[in-house]
Amino acid sequence: MSKVYETVIGLEVHVELSTKTKIFCGCSTAFGGAPNTHTCPVCTGMPGSLPVLNKEVVNKAIAVGLATNCTITKNCKFDRKNYFYPDNPQNYQISQLYYPICRNGKVEIEVDGEKKYVGIHEIHMEEDAGKLIHDPYTDSSLVDFNRSGVPLIEIVSEPDMRSAEEVIAYLDKLRMTIQYLGASDCKLNEGSMRADVNLSVREVGAAEFGTRTEMKNLNSFKAIARAIENERERQIDLLEAGGEVTQETRRWDDTKEYSYPMRSKEDAQDYRYFPDPDLVPIIISDEWIEEIRSSQPEFRDKKKARYQEEFGLPEYDADILTGVKKLADLFEETVLLGANPKKVSNWLMVETMRLLKEKEMDAEDIAFSAENLAKLIKLADSQAINSSVAKEVFEVIFAEDIDPDKYVEEKGLKTVNDEGALRAVVEQVIADNPQSVEDYRNGKEKAIGFLVGQTMKAMKGKANPGMVNEMLKELL
Amino acid sequence: MDLSLTAVELGRKIKNKEISVTEATTAYLDSMEAKEQDINAFVTMDREGALARAAKVQKLIDEGKLTGPLAGVPVGIKDNMCVNGMLTTCASKILGNFKPTFTATAVEKLEEAGAVIVGKTNMDEFAMGSTSETSYFGVTKNPWDLERVPGGSSGGSAAAVAAEEIPYALGSDTGGSIRQPAGFCGVTGMKPTYGRVSRYGLIAYGSSLDQIGPLAKDVTDCASILEVICGKDDRDSTSVKESGDDFTSALVDDVKGMKIGIPKDYFGEGLDPEVKENVLAAAKVLADKGAVIEEFDLSLVEYAIPAYYIIASAEASSNLERFDGVKYGYRTGEFADLHNMYKKTRSEGFGAEVKRRIMLGSFVLSSGYFDAYYMKALRTKALIKQAFDKAFEKYDVILGPVAPTTALKLGESLSDPIKMYLGDIYTVSVNLAGLPGISLPCGTDSKGLPVGLQLLGKHFDEKTIIRAAFAFEQTREYKRPEFAAERGNV
Repeated sequence: MSKVYETVIGLEVHVELSTKTKIFCGCSTAFGGAPNTHTCPVCTGMPGSLPVLNKEVVNKAIAVGLATNCTITKNCKFDRKNYFYPDNPQNYQISQLYYPICRNGKVEIEVDGEKKYVGIHEIHMEEDAGKLIHDPYTDSSLVDFNRSGVPLIEIVSEPDMRSAEEVIAYLDKLRMTIQYLGASDCKLNEGSMRADVNLSVREVGAAEFGTRTEMKNLNSFKAIARAIENERERQIDLLEAGGEVTQETRRWDDTKEYSYPMRSKEDAQDYRYFPDPDLVPIIISDEWIEEIRSSQPEFRDKKKARYQEEFGLPEYDADILTGVKKLADLFEETVLLGANPKKVSNWLMVETMRLLKEKEMDAEDIAFSAENLAKLIKLADSQAINSSVAKEVFEVIFAEDIDPDKYVEEKGLKTVNDEGALRAVVEQVIADNPQSVEDYRNGKEKAIGFLVGQTMKAMKGKANPGMVNEMLKELL
Repeated sequence: MDLSLTAVELGRKIKNKEISVTEATTAYLDSMEAKEQDINAFVTMDREGALARAAKVQKLIDEGKLTGPLAGVPVGIKDNMCVNGMLTTCASKILGNFKPTFTATAVEKLEEAGAVIVGKTNMDEFAMGSTSETSYFGVTKNPWDLERVPGGSSGGSAAAVAAEEIPYALGSDTGGSIRQPAGFCGVTGMKPTYGRVSRYGLIAYGSSLDQIGPLAKDVTDCASILEVICGKDDRDSTSVKESGDDFTSALVDDVKGMKIGIPKDYFGEGLDPEVKENVLAAAKVLADKGAVIEEFDLSLVEYAIPAYYIIASAEASSNLERFDGVKYGYRTGEFADLHNMYKKTRSEGFGAEVKRRIMLGSFVLSSGYFDAYYMKALRTKALIKQAFDKAFEKYDVILGPVAPTTALKLGESLSDPIKMYLGDIYTVSVNLAGLPGISLPCGTDSKGLPVGLQLLGKHFDEKTIIRAAFAFEQTREYKRPEFAAERGNV
């Protein structure tokens, strides 16, 4: 291959906003209800029903816009996108075309130590569709409108990305920012964050963009990376063979690692967009914007720097802790309860991570409370329990969020600090292990470790290892 | 029972225990039964439900829980307003079997005030038409002349009131659909300011133009009904909270010093001379009572109809997309696949006029034509509103005819849709500007057909037009069509 190609990528990211109720009615957005139980005349498109905007959706959209350095459209409107499909009860989707709520933003990403900006073309608000379920027994399709009317924002980037790594960095940045805002949980596998990839290739140095394709059905960061690589190669192969790229929408099949065309530009629908007459323009005042700006949380970059500065955490630890909002929140809450930041970090970085990995869980799914972690750290600090007991107790906290004070008390796990009782056990251990005693006396320092172990075993782990060590040395 | 009573008169008699709610309801149900084969004003009649409801309302009145002027008075609801559990068809095959699960806000308010719904009135299919001839359930006839149309699209509501099948009805007005049939049938109809009455539960035709309003025998009834149904509704974002809604306080016989403008543009070519004569005579009556009448140029009148048909059809093309055979209403019997189902359902389910407007609306919204048609129409709409605003700087009320002619013969306009559209010339601009308008009888032509007078007011200033209309009304007796007089009291 003589020519050198450059990949040009832009993203359309749909994010489901975590409001309690839907965008245009009072129905719940909760997952998992029986089909058509979270519905009303509005979200099932009954004749005569009218949409009424949920203000919280606007709040969250503005918050995301501000966090991505967008200009907020002060007089924004909803438009109707008309197309017939059974999951869309009115046969038009209420969306924004002419006056999207946010425009002209950018986010900073970093790949291999190099920083760059990715432009945000616009962010608009819209409603989600229902779900079609095909019933093979009756050979018919059923519609569940529970998701119909769940609020979405679509974040449209500029074609500023040049590699899969940049795309992942951009998505990660968006996800983190939105999670920090509490605007969405952004789970790709559950569909609360969905990314469509617009990709074209061109010779390095070319002034014009190549013809692009749009890739859909990307359910994980890995799938996105694979699809980008695959599509890049497909397009280059086409061009190298003297062919042309067709502007079309393609669907990615991640198990087969292959994409196929869904529809081409020729059969692109005319959506006949026009302003929705049922909804009044949204007038966004400076005060409204300022109110949201002033309640924006501390975002990851700032938080990460602060953890290093304020708590003296290594950059690596600060990076991991701030990488998931849940972890950062837990860390800060525990520290606020008086626990030593380094120790908190240690519990989260080591034991928590180990258990997450073991149980194949995500950090978002952590269920234990800061209170119980703080109590555990206090117990260990006061030497009421030794470190191995502490680890044991932590596993129970991790699994069931138990109160460690009560648990240690009930199970009798407190370290025995009674010298008389300990002395008797140590004396017995010395008597039972003459070989090790002799080894130690002959200068084999390591032998004492064995004796400590035997003592701990006899004490069912509840002794203070330091105290055992000292007593052994004294008696030997 | 005297069926010529107005709604408020009947309400008073019920309150005074001169008539029971059941008696009144029965009388009107019997009247409907006797006249419907000639008039066909109703799509649905609900004798059983109405009588059950009448007994309940009577009880509430007796317990002192219902004291309003409309308590116990029967009413007909135009068939494009949802009533929970009652067939609501929009006079279309596609909704021929549709029963809503909720009730429109305006209807709900009437029910709270003690109204007894006796049935759903006929209309042009999806309110598209000016003659009530496009109904899937047959043509409604004008009680003044059974060979003539009652006007439309709220023709069933207007004809039923004129024929004394019901004391009053609700209609909806997108381009004149309350005022024009009121004019053709010799009753009083009012289109409130856009936003005054909630549209929740009104099956949309042109959402930015639609407004629910009353049709009744006189201005007092209209003011009393509007007082009940108006108000901001949390379920309709386009409804607003505005003062000046104590409409019955404007029922005052005094127009001294009131400035009334007569747009010269409304009296030009195409206006029937007899209509002109009656309307100008009405202006003279108001002048004699002390109003200051002046002619002026409104301008832009010729652009109102094209702008209206573009905007209303565009919105309708989208509003009617939900009728697809998937969720409710008519679905075609056999189909090959999803798209074939859509196509056949909609081809079979919609009538010709509805299809015409869906096609027109889809066209003006399609890419490449959107700016040239839809956006231009919106700009025209804004200009028309400006022209009215300017006129209202000078005048309190604008006076003119409702329609260029009196009621047309059945079938006369169906063959020529453009002619039918042009008949809306005096009414559509009011919807484009969002203004309130009232239509009331001001005489008859040589054929004995009623002529309608239209009074327009400023935004949310219904009270001034109510006052002007009331003052005019005091100078004449309510005229019943012979049909009603002959079939008279049961």
